[in-house]
Amino acid sequence: MSFSVTEPNKGTKWFAGVLVVGYALVTIAPLLWIIATGFKSPADSIAYPPKVVFEPSMEGYVNLFTERTRATDDMLEAAGEPTTWYEEIARDQGTVISGPSRYGERFLNSVIIGFGSTALCMILGTAAAYAFSRFRVPLKDDLLFFILSTRMMPPIAVAIPIFLMFRNLGLNDTHLGMILLYTGVNLSLSVWLLKGFIDEIPIEYEEAALIDGYTRFQAFYKVVLPQAATGIASTAIFCLIFAWNEYAFAVLLTSGTAQTAPPFIPTIIGVGGKDWPAVAAGATIFLVPVMVFTILLRKHLLRGITFGAVRK
Amino acid sequence: MAQIRIENVRKDFGTFTAVQSSTFTIEDGEFFMLLGPSGCGKTTTLRMMAGLELPTRGEIYIDGEEVGQKPASQRDIAFVFQMFALYPHMNVRANISYPLKSQGMKSGDVKNKVGEVAEILGITDILDRPVGGLSGGDRQRVALGRAIVRDPKAFFMDEPLGALDAEFREHMSEELRALHDRMGATTVYVTHDQLEAMQMGDKIVVMNHGVVEQFGVPQDIYDWPATRFVAEFIGSPPMNFLEFEGMIGTGGTEVRLNDVPMEVPQSREGANGKLTFGIRPEHVDFNDDAPYRGRVIATEYLGTTQIVTFETPNGLLKARVPSHEVVTNGQLIGLRFDPRTVTLFDAQHGKALRSQGNEGVFGHG
Repeated sequence: MSFSVTEPNKGTKWFAGVLVVGYALVTIAPLLWIIATGFKSPADSIAYPPKVVFEPSMEGYVNLFTERTRATDDMLEAAGEPTTWYEEIARDQGTVISGPSRYGERFLNSVIIGFGSTALCMILGTAAAYAFSRFRVPLKDDLLFFILSTRMMPPIAVAIPIFLMFRNLGLNDTHLGMILLYTGVNLSLSVWLLKGFIDEIPIEYEEAALIDGYTRFQAFYKVVLPQAATGIASTAIFCLIFAWNEYAFAVLLTSGTAQTAPPFIPTIIGVGGKDWPAVAAGATIFLVPVMVFTILLRKHLLRGITFGAVRK
Repeated sequence: MAQIRIENVRKDFGTFTAVQSSTFTIEDGEFFMLLGPSGCGKTTTLRMMAGLELPTRGEIYIDGEEVGQKPASQRDIAFVFQMFALYPHMNVRANISYPLKSQGMKSGDVKNKVGEVAEILGITDILDRPVGGLSGGDRQRVALGRAIVRDPKAFFMDEPLGALDAEFREHMSEELRALHDRMGATTVYVTHDQLEAMQMGDKIVVMNHGVVEQFGVPQDIYDWPATRFVAEFIGSPPMNFLEFEGMIGTGGTEVRLNDVPMEVPQSREGANGKLTFGIRPEHVDFNDDAPYRGRVIATEYLGTTQIVTFETPNGLLKARVPSHEVVTNGQLIGLRFDPRTVTLFDAQHGKALRSQGNEGVFGHG
């Protein structure tokens, strides 16, 4: 798609190419650095000047997933030969593995809360958007504005009231609480985005389904939903990214059972010195689900963002 | 197949009245046209019959059963939309079989039925194609296929040819009419194109501003318009209107137009005051002896005929005459109006005065 009436000339194309590559480098460089740091030894990770070429080590990953205790030479002797590769890495640091770390649980919490709130947000958002798009809702414009207005301040501005409410309701540090919170924050975005997408679907399709002998719900489910798939997918990505990366509420409202990965990762630093490779390893693994989700849906995302820009 | 009866149907959207109070009957197997300019309420009327809108008041009977407040899915009718509204995420076969699936028909039967319909419409070879890449005509055929596949009680079509090229429209309208004659199904067809309506319809309802202006067979509507609106909307060029002041008694056969006596069909009601003399362009002849004269101000050549525009003492008048008649601008020509075809209108409210000619034509006024 070109925004200009005339085809861009060679120089313009070249300039645009350089700009895109430059921007890509700037955004990707920190990511690459994090991924690389995850495979460095602690010494290499804080070496100055920074090391670009280094001997890869799995120490960061081992440290991320295990709890270790420092052991004396006698104790190491008594423990016998290490039986696994990760035990060997721990021994090399003069430690023995005492058990798994909490990263796994925290990661799972992130998955439950992130995907749970995204799913809930999509269900409620699609239903609300459909109603706003198709039915004569009293005070429709005011309601839509009201919904949008919840985004007009940073969500963290209401952190204290939410904290107090959650405490009274017993939602503190629960999966349900976090799912409801992220759903609440994301819902206005999803209602607005999805309403736009559903508005673009001609109402005749549903009417045709009604005539063909289907109920309104069947028409919605079988005709509108498949066509709104693009919009739903791109909206879901936005919602997931927010819920997945959210830090401030997670720090405030979770500490144990429902703690997500973002507040957990920095705490790794405190365990046995500044363990940057373990932090980087935690961040790298944390990136994977959103990346996979986005790549899976990227066709929809691109179409979604430009949806409605051009009449087909 | 079914008779459809509309009784005192009214539809309000907030403070706007789309349809005021319509009453008419569509007989079993008829090809019925709802004709009128945009915004006249014809589409709303059709959508109420289909159950896509619910009437504010009044009754709708399909096959003797009152369905006014029933949802579309329970009326057993088919609807062809102007933009076809084929389900874009399904292929042609899935589109056509969709109404059968809602009835829980077995997949083997569905397959046979869809094959049968595809045969009738000549679309067997595109059954497994997605609908996205189809031409306008093929989309139209698929939309028709989806409509006829389950033998509904009636077909409703909302300007189904509106989205097609002019060239193709002609062809498709013939196909539609042939399909109707073959199936014999009651069909209600909305259009704003008077030619289409005359060409295809067994009967026509002409609507304007939510009011049924006239209801009848195309010939009656053309020859004996019930109102000035109908006379103007139908025919190209439309009926001529010569304004005059005068009177006619019940049984009268003559009016005076600019002091020239004009013979008219015997009147069945008297009128006095501002009147309109309506005559179709093809019923105007040149006659040098005629006392009523007009000055030529323009001519349009149309092949076998030409349209000559005159200035007369009672306003502009167009005549359709053979092309070989030689006329020049500024020429004064005597005009003779075929007395059997004249309609007089009350200029005040535009209603046609009843006469021997239009007797029995106005089923509705």
